Amino acid sequence: MSDLSRRKMIKTGLVATAGVAGLGVAAKLAQMYGLVPPDHGGLYGLGETLTYASQRLLTRHSLAREFSKSQISKPPFANEVEPFTDEFKRLQAGKFAEWRLAVNGMVARPGSYSLDQLKSFPSHSQITMLQCEEGWSYIADWVGVPLSHVLDVAGALPQAKYVVYYSFEPDTWESIDMADALHRQTFVTYGMNGDDLPVGHGGPLRLRLPRQMGYKSVKYLTHLTVTDDMKKFGKGVGSVSAEYGYAWYAGI
Amino acid sequence: MRNLSAACYHSGVSDSAYAPTSAASVPTTTATARHSALVRITHWITTLCFFALLVSGLEIVISHPRFYWGEVGNDLTQPLFRIPVPSSRRLVPTGYSYTLPDANGWSRYLHFQTAWFLIITGLLYLIWGLFSGHFRRNLLPRGADLSWREITSTMGRHLRFQRPGAEGTWSYNVLQRSTYLLVIFVLFPLIIWTGLAMSPAFVSAFPATVNVLGGQQSARTLHFLVTIALVLFLFVHVLMVCISGFKSRMRAMITGRASANKERT
Repeated sequence: MSDLSRRKMIKTGLVATAGVAGLGVAAKLAQMYGLVPPDHGGLYGLGETLTYASQRLLTRHSLAREFSKSQISKPPFANEVEPFTDEFKRLQAGKFAEWRLAVNGMVARPGSYSLDQLKSFPSHSQITMLQCEEGWSYIADWVGVPLSHVLDVAGALPQAKYVVYYSFEPDTWESIDMADALHRQTFVTYGMNGDDLPVGHGGPLRLRLPRQMGYKSVKYLTHLTVTDDMKKFGKGVGSVSAEYGYAWYAGI
Repeated sequence: MRNLSAACYHSGVSDSAYAPTSAASVPTTTATARHSALVRITHWITTLCFFALLVSGLEIVISHPRFYWGEVGNDLTQPLFRIPVPSSRRLVPTGYSYTLPDANGWSRYLHFQTAWFLIITGLLYLIWGLFSGHFRRNLLPRGADLSWREITSTMGRHLRFQRPGAEGTWSYNVLQRSTYLLVIFVLFPLIIWTGLAMSPAFVSAFPATVNVLGGQQSARTLHFLVTIALVLFLFVHVLMVCISGFKSRMRAMITGRASANKERT
């Protein structure tokens, strides 16, 4: 072996080692700062991590665009929903007086709230766009209580990392990180365009987060669980969507 | 014939594999690569990325093959235009009685991961191209290229599907240079921009990226139109490669080697 090729080999080896070590450090740092999504494993994990990490760094506090009243879509488009169960129809017949939103997990005061209780909390509204990953969109005036307020009332613990949320529809649940959970446009929504939230749009309660695709805005919200470990939920990839092959983070 | 081995020496590649066998090709074989290694590697990575993005992009499009202008658009609003294909969603009015299977999960995963690969590859190419003088030397039209006579005669040769001469093996003509500049500095930046302008989280941090395009649905429509422009480029690009000698042009982009002698296929 000539001197030149030996030198080249040592150099290549050093560069490779530095590269691997650098990647290792980067991965550790990313984990530490909560920049790794629960669905980071598998074929598309690298792309998902790059997208989630970079959007988290750029958009932690940024606000979704808000629109003027004249830009509200009339009528808003309601996507297909599963046929309602008898139990849902019974609750609907009672004007959802029996509907409850349960909050548990890493909270100081687990409990559940009726629609009236939720409506007694400070009410906020936002005219924002709902964007479906399919490509269509509409703008509506959404009314509700910021999720951060509900988490405050329940006393979410500081070590919380995710909020898992469930729908009345069986096997429908999603989760978001605290940056989105505490974001001031993330609403527990009960009203739309000056009226109660229609059932076609997820009424009586829908979690609404305008900085992510529509499928994260789960309809018929019944239950929130605050946690620091997504691995404990389902297959550990963060949501039913992710188990079904859709990205957990849908800010793009 | 013996001296040709010297020509192959610098590249460090075994001569026997590439040594031309016909005497006619001897003077045209050279140690300088037609395309540098970085151009060749980024070219093929970009090719792979382009196909992955095209296939996944079309899969996403068929879940809503309607296009709008402005901020919003859905089944209840008037489309700017629609593509006459069946959809992977039942509610979309397509005129077809059947629904295709949903493929948006993997399509979106693949689309965004590939976009990352493409951006990293593109940045590498851009930085290298600026520092190595690649853009200035190989892509910026030369002074003499910009005469009316030169432009019309190049166009004429293209329109007659004439094979380029020896100079075409080693350098780009004015049409090639301007087309590549357009693709690299206009179409690719536009496709990335219009793509990011569709991301609700990205535009929450940089609202101007979507506002100047006229809205989120405008961004989506422009993304589709730029895709069509890129696909048109691809067709013309491949057609030109075939006309000027598929084997020799492919060899130049794979191995870096070029020879000006006529292809005998």
